[in-house]
Amino acid sequence: METENINTEHHYVPREELAKEAKTYWGELKDKELKMKDRAAIPIQEMPVLEPHARARLMDEVATGYTEEQARIEAERCLNCKNRPCVQGCPVGIPIPEFISCIQKGNFKASVDTIKTTNLLPAICGRVCPQEKQCQLVCTVGKMHKSVDKAVAIGRLERFVADWERNNNKTTIPPVAPDTGKKVAIIGSGPAGLAAAADIRRAGHAVTVFEAFHKTGGVMVYGIPEFRLPKDIVAKEVENLKKMGVKFETNFLVGRTATLEQLLQEDGFDAAFIGTGAGLPKFMNVEGENLIGVFSANEYLTRANLMKAYQEDKADTPLYPAKVVAVIGGGNVAMDAARMGYRLGADKVYCIYRRTRAEMPARAEEIAHAEEEGVEFCFLQNPTRFIGDKDGKVCAVEVLNYELGEPDASGRRSPVAIPGTEHQIPVDTVIVALGNSSNPLMAKTTEGLQVTKTGNIIVDENQKTSIPKVWSGGDIVLGAATVILAMGEGRKAAASINEYLAQ
Amino acid sequence: MHTILEKKQFSRDVFYLRVAAPEIARQRKAGQFVIIQLDIDYGERIPLTIADADPDEGWIALVVQAVGATTIKLCRKEVGDSIAAILGPLGNPTHIAKVGKVVCVGGGIGTAPLHPIAQAYKHVGNEVIIIIGGRTKELVIFEEEMRKIADELIIVTDDGSYGRKALVTEPLKEICESAAPPQEVIAIGPPIMMKFCAATTRPFGIHTVVSLNTIMIDGTGMCGGCRVTVDGKTKFVCVDGPEFDGHKVDFDNMMMRMKAFKEREDHDRHVCRIGLSNGAS
Repeated sequence: METENINTEHHYVPREELAKEAKTYWGELKDKELKMKDRAAIPIQEMPVLEPHARARLMDEVATGYTEEQARIEAERCLNCKNRPCVQGCPVGIPIPEFISCIQKGNFKASVDTIKTTNLLPAICGRVCPQEKQCQLVCTVGKMHKSVDKAVAIGRLERFVADWERNNNKTTIPPVAPDTGKKVAIIGSGPAGLAAAADIRRAGHAVTVFEAFHKTGGVMVYGIPEFRLPKDIVAKEVENLKKMGVKFETNFLVGRTATLEQLLQEDGFDAAFIGTGAGLPKFMNVEGENLIGVFSANEYLTRANLMKAYQEDKADTPLYPAKVVAVIGGGNVAMDAARMGYRLGADKVYCIYRRTRAEMPARAEEIAHAEEEGVEFCFLQNPTRFIGDKDGKVCAVEVLNYELGEPDASGRRSPVAIPGTEHQIPVDTVIVALGNSSNPLMAKTTEGLQVTKTGNIIVDENQKTSIPKVWSGGDIVLGAATVILAMGEGRKAAASINEYLAQ
Repeated sequence: MHTILEKKQFSRDVFYLRVAAPEIARQRKAGQFVIIQLDIDYGERIPLTIADADPDEGWIALVVQAVGATTIKLCRKEVGDSIAAILGPLGNPTHIAKVGKVVCVGGGIGTAPLHPIAQAYKHVGNEVIIIIGGRTKELVIFEEEMRKIADELIIVTDDGSYGRKALVTEPLKEICESAAPPQEVIAIGPPIMMKFCAATTRPFGIHTVVSLNTIMIDGTGMCGGCRVTVDGKTKFVCVDGPEFDGHKVDFDNMMMRMKAFKEREDHDRHVCRIGLSNGAS
């Protein structure tokens, strides 16, 4: 079998050791007057994680979070730059130097409150944002060291203060303006919908969030696994929105249970925000894709996460008994599915990707975690068909080798098939993680709602759609993107809705 | 929470439940289904077709056969108990048009979802012939309701214990061969029955609609667990269906896929059935 196994350095350091080092170091650092070059000399604080072999079989959160000393040391690395490039790098414009300087002063509550002026979900964003492509990409400290890996760990600090607040029962509910008598419907309870709901509610409007599933959170509950984003954290954030007075209607599919038009005309909503996401899995359309044991990553992860099938003694939703798993794709969803594979009892997990590690869209940290946990990467390979046994169960993936050609429109070198290199990888389960496309239901059931050829809702610079009183944002507009970009669009739409309702 | 308003037992394992669901009752059209869940944290989501509904009184009717973990628990519920979550109505409504003569074929509990469709076909002025069948007499359901609609009602049982001793495909074939063949056939029942209904009408070129009931999780198009091959292309039953052209469905692949979790289901049924017989008798 031709697989390219990349052996990167495994530098696992136990949490106790990191904590001890930080304690000693903080002891030396805390009373010093720090000049810029002193700050630049402080080493980046590594995120404590669970031991790779043990955690690969556990659903527990892998990254366990900074200790207090680690957070204080890391905060001291921030130079509090005048031009604040990090703030521009953040899709919701968190006042980053300000929240970090609160940590420098040891005032964690003030820090988290500062974040919450623009982001109500810091415990989530601190965990799942690709900071290396956003706030940390443009950090001055990273630039000084000529490495984004040495930028101030803004995400880890955001997470630290959010967790500190929750764990110490210091959560305060943001103030809400007096009731305006206006009603807004939010369709979808994913990151875009929750961000919009928070901002619109803060302006004093009544907000109802409609969610098709039985649980709120969108991809944060069905997609991103427990070991990356604990579900009780998502539930707590939603609970805080409820305390602000946001109403949630679960098991309500707008378009079917009621149309958007009915909500606006019969149920008296003054405005609506569509944040229904990109939830439709793409398949490859190759032979054997409908064999038993071939799943979309969405199905595989939904069974495990949302339906809690990993708790086999309690859950009614069954899991497929997967022992040798091939995950197809190189994004974060592929990493989530591959890492979930071991946690659901697989003996071997392959990740098949048609380009190389350098082109993988997944976060570097997730790829490294997957590798440490034993996922075997098969780069420059792509399935040509899936092969089944006499019972219709998948028993092998036939793959073709590729090499990298010229850069394509995305700037990535495009994979070119090498004819005659077909070979088989024996597996009993295949998980297809090639991305998602937009959910067509709203467009199908809402007259006049303009969408692109690929089904994304068309909006103007204020997230306003082609029909009156209706705004949209997140993956249904962007195509499959990130939690924080969705939240950014939700906030932009909320600002425009608040302005419209104030007229 | 949805309260059970009425419960009737059709046979040992088949129950009729009338359930409060005002929003769904208001919106639903013939051919649509719901996803139900008995426990928000650990319950599974299963699809059930809507057999009847009253928008004024705010209820929908479900006909359930106790075959697996969730349906067994559901069939044990009594009037006044509730169902934790019902999502719907889902799927595309049946395309109802006046075409002339329509044959509606229902097998087993498939007769229940066929009822509102037959009603709708009749309502727009079609001549409606209804064939209903079951393995044995007690599995023939909705006879009275269907008799009210049908211009002609044919009942068959596999064992001859009631009506004609035949499979539904026999009278279907005779009608297709007759001097006045139908313009359209709709068949709802076990996959094997729908497969052979489609095979029966194919040589006559009569458009045949089938309603598929595959494994589903979300029922809104986001997982593809329900996918089937129709005319060589992958379709999702929950959003592209549940009704498809029976002559284009790959039934063999569909029936194979429905066995994906068979081991677990057999285990659940074995465990639960003991409980059901104790509780019911």
